[in-house]
Amino acid sequence: MAETLTHIGKTEPRPSGWQGIAADWSSDQRAFKNVSWGKAMMWIFLLSDTFIFGCFLLSYMTARMSTRVPWPNPSEVFALRIGGSDIPLILIAIMTFVLISSSGTMAMAVNFGYRRDRRKTAILMLLTAALGATFVGMQAFEWTKLITEGVRPWGNPWGAAQFGSSFFMITGFHGTHVTIGVIFLIIVARKVWRGDFDTGRRGFFTSRTGRYENVEIMGLYWHFVDLVWVFIFAFFYLW
Amino acid sequence: MVDITPADGIPPAEVAEVELYHPHSWWTKYVFSQDAKVIAIQYSATATGIGLVALVLSWLMRLQLGFPGTFDFITPEAYYQFITMHGMIMVIYLLTALFLGGFGNYLIPLMVGARDMVFPYVNMLSYWIYLLAVLVLVSSFFAPGGPTGAGWTLYPPQAIMSGTPGGQDWGIILMLSSLILFIIGFTMGGLNYVVTVLQGRTRGMTMMRLPLTVWGIFTATVMALLAFPALFVACVMMLLDRALGTSFFMPAISEMGEQLQHNGGSPILFQHLFWFFGHPEVYIVALPAFGIVSDLISTHARKNIFGYRMMVWAIVGIGALSFVVWAHHMYVSGMDPYFGFFFATTTLIIAVPTAIKVYNWVLTLWRGDIHLTIPMLFALAFIVTFVNGGLTGLFLGNVVVDVPLSDTMFVVAHFHMVMGVAPILVVFGAIYHWYPKVTGRMLNETLGRFHFWVTFLGAYLIFFPMHYLGLMGVPRRYAELTDMTIMTESAHHLNSFISIMAFIVGFAQMVFLFNLIWSIRHGREAGGNPWRATTLEWQTPQTPPAHGNFGKDLPIVYRWAYDYSVPGAKEDFIPQNMPGSFGPSREQA
Repeated sequence: MAETLTHIGKTEPRPSGWQGIAADWSSDQRAFKNVSWGKAMMWIFLLSDTFIFGCFLLSYMTARMSTRVPWPNPSEVFALRIGGSDIPLILIAIMTFVLISSSGTMAMAVNFGYRRDRRKTAILMLLTAALGATFVGMQAFEWTKLITEGVRPWGNPWGAAQFGSSFFMITGFHGTHVTIGVIFLIIVARKVWRGDFDTGRRGFFTSRTGRYENVEIMGLYWHFVDLVWVFIFAFFYLW
Repeated sequence: MVDITPADGIPPAEVAEVELYHPHSWWTKYVFSQDAKVIAIQYSATATGIGLVALVLSWLMRLQLGFPGTFDFITPEAYYQFITMHGMIMVIYLLTALFLGGFGNYLIPLMVGARDMVFPYVNMLSYWIYLLAVLVLVSSFFAPGGPTGAGWTLYPPQAIMSGTPGGQDWGIILMLSSLILFIIGFTMGGLNYVVTVLQGRTRGMTMMRLPLTVWGIFTATVMALLAFPALFVACVMMLLDRALGTSFFMPAISEMGEQLQHNGGSPILFQHLFWFFGHPEVYIVALPAFGIVSDLISTHARKNIFGYRMMVWAIVGIGALSFVVWAHHMYVSGMDPYFGFFFATTTLIIAVPTAIKVYNWVLTLWRGDIHLTIPMLFALAFIVTFVNGGLTGLFLGNVVVDVPLSDTMFVVAHFHMVMGVAPILVVFGAIYHWYPKVTGRMLNETLGRFHFWVTFLGAYLIFFPMHYLGLMGVPRRYAELTDMTIMTESAHHLNSFISIMAFIVGFAQMVFLFNLIWSIRHGREAGGNPWRATTLEWQTPQTPPAHGNFGKDLPIVYRWAYDYSVPGAKEDFIPQNMPGSFGPSREQA
């Protein structure tokens, strides 16, 4: 017959470790204390998106392992001829470097956002967007090169047809993610620049006010897209 | 040192005031509404509308099976199109959308004591993308070549070959596009439901005080967010196979003596992806039904649910287990027998949490003050139907029994009992239960009882004989059974009988729809809490609840959702927002 009024009118010290997690989950109002709705939503979306990329990569690996014709050698296919010698994976290496660097500028933007430094935040976000756009541009170059060499979704000159299909599908899906990220980076950077998060200006569609935390939520998405690229890089290009 | 902790990111200790969008015009109030309750009604109406199409398709199929050769317009191709669209619509566009988009949207904010979903704008987009998915699906009926006839599982290679209706026409492309849209739309809504339950509850509402309805919908939504990606990927890949000529799922294959361009793909890969979605999908439909039926039984038996905590963990356990059983749909795909052994074992383990739930429902009824209201009748009907369908699941879960029964009418009877009839019975029970809250009026009792008995008995008369047909070896998905030697004269009679019952049950649904519309104006005034229930949605100041759900202040929760017939209390129920001074609680600490 205990009258349990959990966490009403009193603040208990939060236990550490697993007990703390259990205490949070058995409390009222929020399972994740101090986590805003937007951030929780982004995390759960990313979990769902992880399953999408996971399924894509697993399907590609199944195709690669079960094919009876040879799989084209990625180091040769993705080599660029620079200064008279073939350098394997050079373009991919640069692309990876660019994308990982953009994670760094994104993290700095989040930091300056919480410091209320509108100018630096917006510039760093636009820099991140520029690096992302560079990545997509190099991807377009890579696609063009492969297409001129005769790689098609349904076949290629060197071996298993699934090479081209998986390549275009997976890098295309990832590139779409990067492109969407670039668009939203520009949108959020504009809001920061204009000072929407200080003046409490309401969003055009949602008619809600935003906070500087939106920069961090944007960053979560961006880091996720970078992390996915690391897996694509490892499983598609290095395998 | 500048303080960079996200000071404005820390939420208030109390979720008191959500920034609600206040509609300015008729359009934003009733059409492009961001109110979860309006979105719920939009979802339900759209799902019911497309569900009616699926109902008519089932009639057409039964016409062909019951009276073969009588109806010239039902060609074998048309039959396959009917069967495909019937299955896909019922499972995804009706049941998933109705339970999560309909009941989820209406009940979650009200039951957890929130003003709305956490992101109403995204929630609104979710509905409109769902509507777009439905329209794309419907458009395939008018496309050249008609809708796809690949079967609701869309197995390649046949799904995209010219022998299958819609395979080389528009049908399969529209089907896959519609599914992709559905998944995008659902994700938008699903994220809202999950975050609202996790982060948007009112004061005093702990996870272990949530009504089981919320637990069921919540767990099902989490599962859907993890299972739909596999279907999404499968759809994208098949779309590429069909539109660009890739060979993800297409092996080297010849058609009409002509070698196709495809080479080296794996049809089994599609089956794995499809069933990694497909089996959780069964529970995405079943878990909300489990949750809702628990609340119906407790309310209408005036007794607390037996073993609340066990019920919660059983829901979570079933949800987790359902991700490791998918290949039991693929016993006949030629997989390694050891895999079959593994998946048969995991499949049978699911019977444990499921049995816990059934026992607890029965023990809740035990010595309860059972009111045989219409929601209660449907809840009771659900329990027996679910047990029946579940028991045949034990047969089909075992490899040696499944192999001979696979692709017979036995399978059709099994899954219609367990994931067709059983959840639909709960949907009906839930509509009779919550209709007074949505409209302020009761549904007509006489029509309701007629609807219940015809539906319940009729469903058994349809699907029970089907088990016998299956054991006899009658195959499923055959448009024409007349010349089969295994089909005795009496089996043909049985088929005609099933068809006639299907029309009668379908007719009863028309009565139900009439009741739904008629009672909006002519039903008996319900008042705020006609069932004398404890959960928060019945404690709203207005009925139907106004925009923002609760009045000036959000309710504070002091007890669990099942304080019925508490000894010493003045009434036989104590609402969740009544403090301890109002009466003791039976909540298990």
